[in-house]
Amino acid sequence: MKISLFVTCLGELFYQEAAKDMVEVLERLGCEIDFPRGQICCGQPAYNSGYRKDAQKAAKQMISAFESSEYIVTPSGSCAGMFKEYPGLFQDDATWHEKAQKVADKTYEFTQFIVNVLGVEDLGAVYHAKATYHTSCHMMRLLKETESPFKLLNNVEGLELLPLENSYDCCGFGGTFAVKMVPISEQMVDEKVRHVEETGADVLITADGGCLMNIKGRIDRKGKPIAVKHIAQILNSRS
Amino acid sequence: MAMKIGEKPFFDRVDDALDDTFMRQSMANAQDGLRGKKIAATEGDEAIGDWEDWRSAGEEIRRHTLENLDYYLEQLSENFAKRGGHVFFAETAEEANAYIQQVAKKKNAKNATKAKSMVTEEIGLNEALADVGCQVHETDLAEYILQAEEGDRPSHIVVPSLHKNKSQIRDTLKEKAGYSGTDQPEELTAFARSQLRDVFMNADIGITGCNFGVAETGSVSLVTNEGNANMVTSYPETQISVMGMERLVPTWEDLDVMVNLLSRSAVGQKITTYVTNVTPEVGPQSVDGPKDFHLVIVDGGRSKALGTEFQSALHCIRCAACVNVCPVYRHIGGHAYGSIYQGPIGAVLSPILGGYEEYGELPYASSLCAACTEACPVKIPLHEQLIRHRQIYVEEGYADKSEQAAMTAFGIGASTPSLFKIATKGAPTFAKPFVQEGSISNGPGPMKLWTKIREFPAPGKENFRKWFKEHKKGDSRNE
Repeated sequence: MKISLFVTCLGELFYQEAAKDMVEVLERLGCEIDFPRGQICCGQPAYNSGYRKDAQKAAKQMISAFESSEYIVTPSGSCAGMFKEYPGLFQDDATWHEKAQKVADKTYEFTQFIVNVLGVEDLGAVYHAKATYHTSCHMMRLLKETESPFKLLNNVEGLELLPLENSYDCCGFGGTFAVKMVPISEQMVDEKVRHVEETGADVLITADGGCLMNIKGRIDRKGKPIAVKHIAQILNSRS
Repeated sequence: MAMKIGEKPFFDRVDDALDDTFMRQSMANAQDGLRGKKIAATEGDEAIGDWEDWRSAGEEIRRHTLENLDYYLEQLSENFAKRGGHVFFAETAEEANAYIQQVAKKKNAKNATKAKSMVTEEIGLNEALADVGCQVHETDLAEYILQAEEGDRPSHIVVPSLHKNKSQIRDTLKEKAGYSGTDQPEELTAFARSQLRDVFMNADIGITGCNFGVAETGSVSLVTNEGNANMVTSYPETQISVMGMERLVPTWEDLDVMVNLLSRSAVGQKITTYVTNVTPEVGPQSVDGPKDFHLVIVDGGRSKALGTEFQSALHCIRCAACVNVCPVYRHIGGHAYGSIYQGPIGAVLSPILGGYEEYGELPYASSLCAACTEACPVKIPLHEQLIRHRQIYVEEGYADKSEQAAMTAFGIGASTPSLFKIATKGAPTFAKPFVQEGSISNGPGPMKLWTKIREFPAPGKENFRKWFKEHKKGDSRNE
């Protein structure tokens, strides 16, 4: 199966290890991966802040980069969700709307692709830790993807997955919200970190770079001994 | 007092709220408590079938009503008038108040009782009637407490005094109403009840809001738990119901669906203790009910949303399900919004009704987590409407100039691969002076706001594209 990797700007800049793990997991499943070089950022920072025209520029760039792909797979529920918003950005432009719809229809979040398209739930991963999982809002509510990460994590040998209190509450990232509304975002991420701590987990797993950057940033600032990992890092682990 | 709460700027209100540890605990407890109740009465209640079907039916009824609003408003008012009631259409809060003042003056009314109503808060009716010598007595328990406090305002559209605890309530009633008992809720309630008995008996006018007008019969439906609305609508000979322009349903069958959606979503009740339906029966044969019944229908800026992408915000039935799941409301409570309409729906409605100058910051008080959209029983796409408000805010030039410049730069950067390549290659070098132990604690420029409370990740040293190229070798599309 031929897939195009949409690595996301956060993945490319900060979370290359997770991106590499994702590539290796997918290759092991027999996928032939390409990396369209025109890809930059999905445009969500501009879109969510109200800068529609700037978001359109980013979207056109991404649509052009990915229009010939068969499947687009990304290690972020939120960025996949943004691709699904593309048709709405071009309501007055039939040509771009059609292209946007095609791109949106073939876009999948990493775990969603493995479980729903490849039909695989056990990746043979081994990871010895007590962990809990942070459900990203956009993956859960925009992509409506709630089960795939758990199906895959439940088959990881050695992984004890602990339930997270108020898992449905946002971690306080919200893109530019995290810097525009610092005092509110701080309370939200603190409550999230407190719930993570209460589980007794050593590792927090998430499938979204934005949430990861926010929660890890706060955990590290507070000096808490909890590691924060992208789900691809767990699923590619063999020890 | 009307719709606006307080004079402080947004961030000062947020700071005040974040300092109020009792209020915050109370919001969190309320959200956590209501969550289970709501689930049990909605998707968890097998007796009603699929909750999603109910939501779809509710959305359909609201959409149909709003799309044919002229028709149903006319039907409602014709039927109301046919039975001897008086209907007044008020374009503004001032017009609504002036009409009600004139009714009060004609009756020489000194005392009015009122059941809980958000639209009368919105238009500032209590103050308007006080100006003509008529005192309005709040009879909903929570509103009664807030009124006793003098100047306190609702912090939740369904549970207005959510920000107060029982000892605060005891102190208020001691100081303002001569209460001398304990802070036991039963005792406090019994006191309020005994005080309100006389008030009900001596009212010259009864005032209610309107959960739903029923067009086919010209009726006003009130969804309550305390029974006070029944007292308000039974004693006085003069009755005034104030209705937001959009708050009606075509038929009783539709009402059945909407009352289910409202009580289940708002408080997790299958049905509220009272669903009171009042229809004018004014005439010589009439023995029960008011001798004089007025329905005041308020636009108050609602028509600005008609025909726009915000029209579905008018589908709202004020259940506060979105407020009850909002993680921002959870921490800042209601007053920080500076509007009597708080939470996600408040952040959508307030700028429509009161403008961007006053309420333009509210749509940004959301992480766009979409919990609101998921909770809404009539499927208003709340988080999308928040984004739409942000777009208008930017287009109309309210946004910060440095943010505009940054986003223009973003637009260019995100559509110019050569620039992005330079940026990703240069990032580790650029960030190097700020990096300590793998992350940035005190970032420059726009990163500063991020690093105020969190670490910023140091850019990875390895170039992913280079790694991928070497890893793959030979795929033509990688060139």
